[in-house]
Amino acid sequence: MNAKRPEPVQVIKERRDRALNVLVHGVPYINFLGIRFDRKGDELTAVMPYAERHIGNPVLPALHGGATASFLEVTAIIGLGWSILWEEIEQGEVDPAAISPESIPRLPKTIDFTVDFLRTGLPRDAYARARVNRSGRRYASVHVEAWQDNRERMFAQATGHFLMPPRG
Amino acid sequence: MEKIARQMIAALPFARALGMQLDEIEHGRAVISMPYDERLVGEPRTGVIHGGAVSALMDTCSGAAVMARTDGPGVTATIDLRIDYMRPARPGDRIRCEAFCYHTTRSVAFVRATATDEDTDRPVATAVGAFTFDKKDPTS
Repeated sequence: MNAKRPEPVQVIKERRDRALNVLVHGVPYINFLGIRFDRKGDELTAVMPYAERHIGNPVLPALHGGATASFLEVTAIIGLGWSILWEEIEQGEVDPAAISPESIPRLPKTIDFTVDFLRTGLPRDAYARARVNRSGRRYASVHVEAWQDNRERMFAQATGHFLMPPRG
Repeated sequence: MEKIARQMIAALPFARALGMQLDEIEHGRAVISMPYDERLVGEPRTGVIHGGAVSALMDTCSGAAVMARTDGPGVTATIDLRIDYMRPARPGDRIRCEAFCYHTTRSVAFVRATATDEDTDRPVATAVGAFTFDKKDPTS
């Protein structure tokens, strides 16, 4: 009879969104690119809204390869950082209420990153999702796919290896 | 060629947003640098520039080296680019990238690039990439 009632859904959502917010908005370069993250449970979709300054070729016009590469790398790092933080919050190792901009969780460091440019980046919003294929104690391998109008037509993909942040 | 190339880099909105500047250009070789900028920081506790910004510099510089090939069309697109990060760039330092287009076929250009900060002996990152190319026919 004393079984603990599950927390109201709103409380859980707010706690998770707050943790994600601290993780994302602590990074100036993410704000510079205007990237935001939509969360559904533990799944994140990165969104890079179109901005004139992301253009590389003004004649076509097309997104700059560097803007696309940056978008993919940001998605990979936040995707991996979020998967670590999610685990820590769910296991009660990290109190999300105590996460502040001063104590933001350390992010993984990129070891290498390979970007495959499949199609021209159009002057529109871009979306990306990261998949953590392997997450060990020291190293992780992450794959990212980015698309624009059509989920089935990727315009870029990337694979990167990352050094995991020290735990605790 | 140098003046036109410099203006061309300045005309790319994303390169301009990151403050990139073309320092040197010649057949198959380019040098582009970028000032330290707090908006480009990836790790706020240390002030280190985000790897994505370094990637953008290396992609731009590699593409410029391909465009500077006198036997090509002067335009290119990245097919793929791999970046290896050796160490974080020192906060406050200008980052400089030097790229060489070391081989071309009729339709592909191969490039390698190195990025350094003011400690020029130890690279911050290296890159290798393949770019689209359209070799001019010497017989035509």
